Amino acid sequence: MTLDGTELPRCPRAIALAMRPLPLPVLGVALTQFARRVTDSHPGLLRRLGPYAQRTVLIDPTDLPFAFWLDPEAGPRISAHRRHRAPAADARIAGPVAALIGMLHGRFDGDALFFSRDLTIEGDTEAVLALRNALDDAELDLSEELIRLSGPAGALLRRLLAGVERVSGLPLHRDDRNGGFA
Amino acid sequence: MMELVCPAGTPASLRAAVDAGAHAVYCGFNDETNARNFPGLNFSPEELAEGIAYAHDRGAKVLVALNTFPRAGGEVLWHRALANAESAGADAVILADLGLLDYAATHHPNLRRHLSVQAAAANPDAINFYAATFGVRRVVLPRVLTVDEIRAINREIDVETEVFVFGGLCVMAEGRCSLSSYATGRSPNMNGVCSPASHVVYSEETDGLRARLGDFTIHRTPKGQPAPYPTLCKGCFTSGEQTGHVFEDPVSLDATQLIPALAKAGVTALKIEGRQRSRAYVAEVVRSFRAAVEAQAAGLPLPQGALARLAEGQAGTTGAYAKTWR
Amino acid sequence: MDLTIGPNQFFWSAETVRDFYARMAQAPAARVVLGELVCSKRLPFWENEIPVAIEALQAAGKQVALTTLALITLKRERKLTAELIELGLPVEINDLSALQLLPEGREFWAGPLVNVYNTGTVQFLARRGATRICLPPELPLESVAVLAQAGRDCGVAVEVWGHGRLPLAVSGRCYHARLHDRAKDSCQFVCGEDPDGRDVETLDGEPFLAVNGIQTLSQSTATAAWHIEALREAGVSSLRLSPQSRDFPEVVAGYAALIAGQTTPAALADTLRDSAPLGRLSNGFLTGPCGADFSETA
Repeated sequence: MTLDGTELPRCPRAIALAMRPLPLPVLGVALTQFARRVTDSHPGLLRRLGPYAQRTVLIDPTDLPFAFWLDPEAGPRISAHRRHRAPAADARIAGPVAALIGMLHGRFDGDALFFSRDLTIEGDTEAVLALRNALDDAELDLSEELIRLSGPAGALLRRLLAGVERVSGLPLHRDDRNGGFA
Repeated sequence: MMELVCPAGTPASLRAAVDAGAHAVYCGFNDETNARNFPGLNFSPEELAEGIAYAHDRGAKVLVALNTFPRAGGEVLWHRALANAESAGADAVILADLGLLDYAATHHPNLRRHLSVQAAAANPDAINFYAATFGVRRVVLPRVLTVDEIRAINREIDVETEVFVFGGLCVMAEGRCSLSSYATGRSPNMNGVCSPASHVVYSEETDGLRARLGDFTIHRTPKGQPAPYPTLCKGCFTSGEQTGHVFEDPVSLDATQLIPALAKAGVTALKIEGRQRSRAYVAEVVRSFRAAVEAQAAGLPLPQGALARLAEGQAGTTGAYAKTWR
Repeated sequence: MDLTIGPNQFFWSAETVRDFYARMAQAPAARVVLGELVCSKRLPFWENEIPVAIEALQAAGKQVALTTLALITLKRERKLTAELIELGLPVEINDLSALQLLPEGREFWAGPLVNVYNTGTVQFLARRGATRICLPPELPLESVAVLAQAGRDCGVAVEVWGHGRLPLAVSGRCYHARLHDRAKDSCQFVCGEDPDGRDVETLDGEPFLAVNGIQTLSQSTATAAWHIEALREAGVSSLRLSPQSRDFPEVVAGYAALIAGQTTPAALADTLRDSAPLGRLSNGFLTGPCGADFSETA
């Protein structure tokens, strides 16, 4: 469940199906490149992870056709795998992609997603907590990072991402609503 | 208006709390000097100084929790943390240990001292002792008292009181519990952790989600039911013929509706638990409570709380504030 | 090194208490702490035995101290504490609020439920008049050694938890009443049915904890029998033995023989196991990975 009490959106089947043919090695390389750009521009992220950067985490968006194996210390490095062929990791965090991205974007609270059983944690609980806390502090906006990296195509991408977000309901960008008291 | 004291586990949460209307934010250093020594949480001395500057620019205070009990032979870590808190400009430190209170009163006389809930000062004699001996200016009351008892305490003391109104709920007298170290070797008093993640293992089994702490199964949650934290005192156990939550149900405290009664009982500040929660949670809860204390101060009816879904087990309790809890 | 009998944590009948302290007067312990530690509601049922016990113990040459409650909240309990202090015997403080009631400079003992974790705290308590400190059971041996040294430096005798179910937590809530679906105020004294507390198991049926009114104890019976030499080397001056319903005189005699070098932990093990609930021992707080752990190698 989300912070305002509504049900989590599921990734539309059409999008999940469209993703199926994506070549896994290419996806892994692209995600690794992207993750490295993000950590370069947010040096506090790895610093906050500290010793927990050595622990690998399998991030498993249950409504997508693949899972991601993350090694934060190796650059970081991300590889994509079919769910049942993913290599072993120190920890696994699983849930709808909306929960995972929404948590990353500060829309949802990780503990609340855990209480409501939208998120599942297995293995090294510490590694997952450290990663979640470090990401929460980094105030990432994956859409903005992508747009920033795509140069002249950025404006087009922004419209595209906004469209996908509207249609799918997935929380693709950060949303820190400010209270009226500050 | 009652002062709203809000949690921050990260610099981002501190900013979120201040932006959402916190009058004060409490936080700690990223080591065993505070009772939320969790992976990936808390502040370096530099981050604390930046956070304090951000808060002060916006009229909010920052209170630094140094509320574990210094390790014999390792006291220097806590002493350094006191010095770092003072030089970063902290508005107060929140302390629990007799030795550290004594040290702070002697070496940092101008740094305002609050008594942590971890000191479990549950009656006027205890509070007057800390006030008279260490110049403590505010006491965070343990979560074992009724509203009537809080009112009675305030009549017999000269220092401010702060009470928890939302979030995790300790069933045991805080700072006086070794359940966690009995099962895991790591405790709130010594290590700043309770039922630490390092010793928690979840497994999805046929009868639901099983949570183990050290060698002990803490609970099994059937599919589709809200999962609690793997906190020992909220586990499901068997005693004789009875199976259930022997100590406490997996609920969290929500005393929103008691704010007027607490104000009448002479309480100065309301505290929200949850330094381990996300900045999204902090912003949402702080915003809601700021609206509540504004309404209370203006004599208006309180907004109906809608925070239950954020609570552990997704259920709230008024805890010990109502006498029937005992 | 000598032995201290701690206050009985459980709710026993007046007769049981009378017999118990009559036998303790003959036991090879240097001192006895008595009084109600856990619940003020129990006290009227056995308080008349306290003067009798004090007299018998003192006549047998033992030092006697009276304990405060572990958690003082009610007005009646504060009054009780003030009266306790006025009796003039040494007081063992197990709730710090008693310090406010204690006249400046008056000698006192600090019990295992007072948080003494570091040198600064030992020094502070010594300045306030502490002459004995029984350390919290969760402390590891390294800390015990540092604190025993700190105690020697300021004239405070340092004692550690030697035997008995570990006092792990206190609460505003009564778990015995809760298990019987009763409110604390109408508990009907059900804790009296369990002379060593009521066992709590995990969902896998593994013994884990025990409840005793507002108190939570370990299910296992902790023992320092395998650590006597290490504790002696660390400078610990006394072992605290916590009363239990079965074979306690034999247990005390066993530890006395152990510290006198007349027996070995292995030889004492059967006595300890036979008298402990479910025969389960633990000694993990001192040198093990966690309090519940048990090892015969120390």
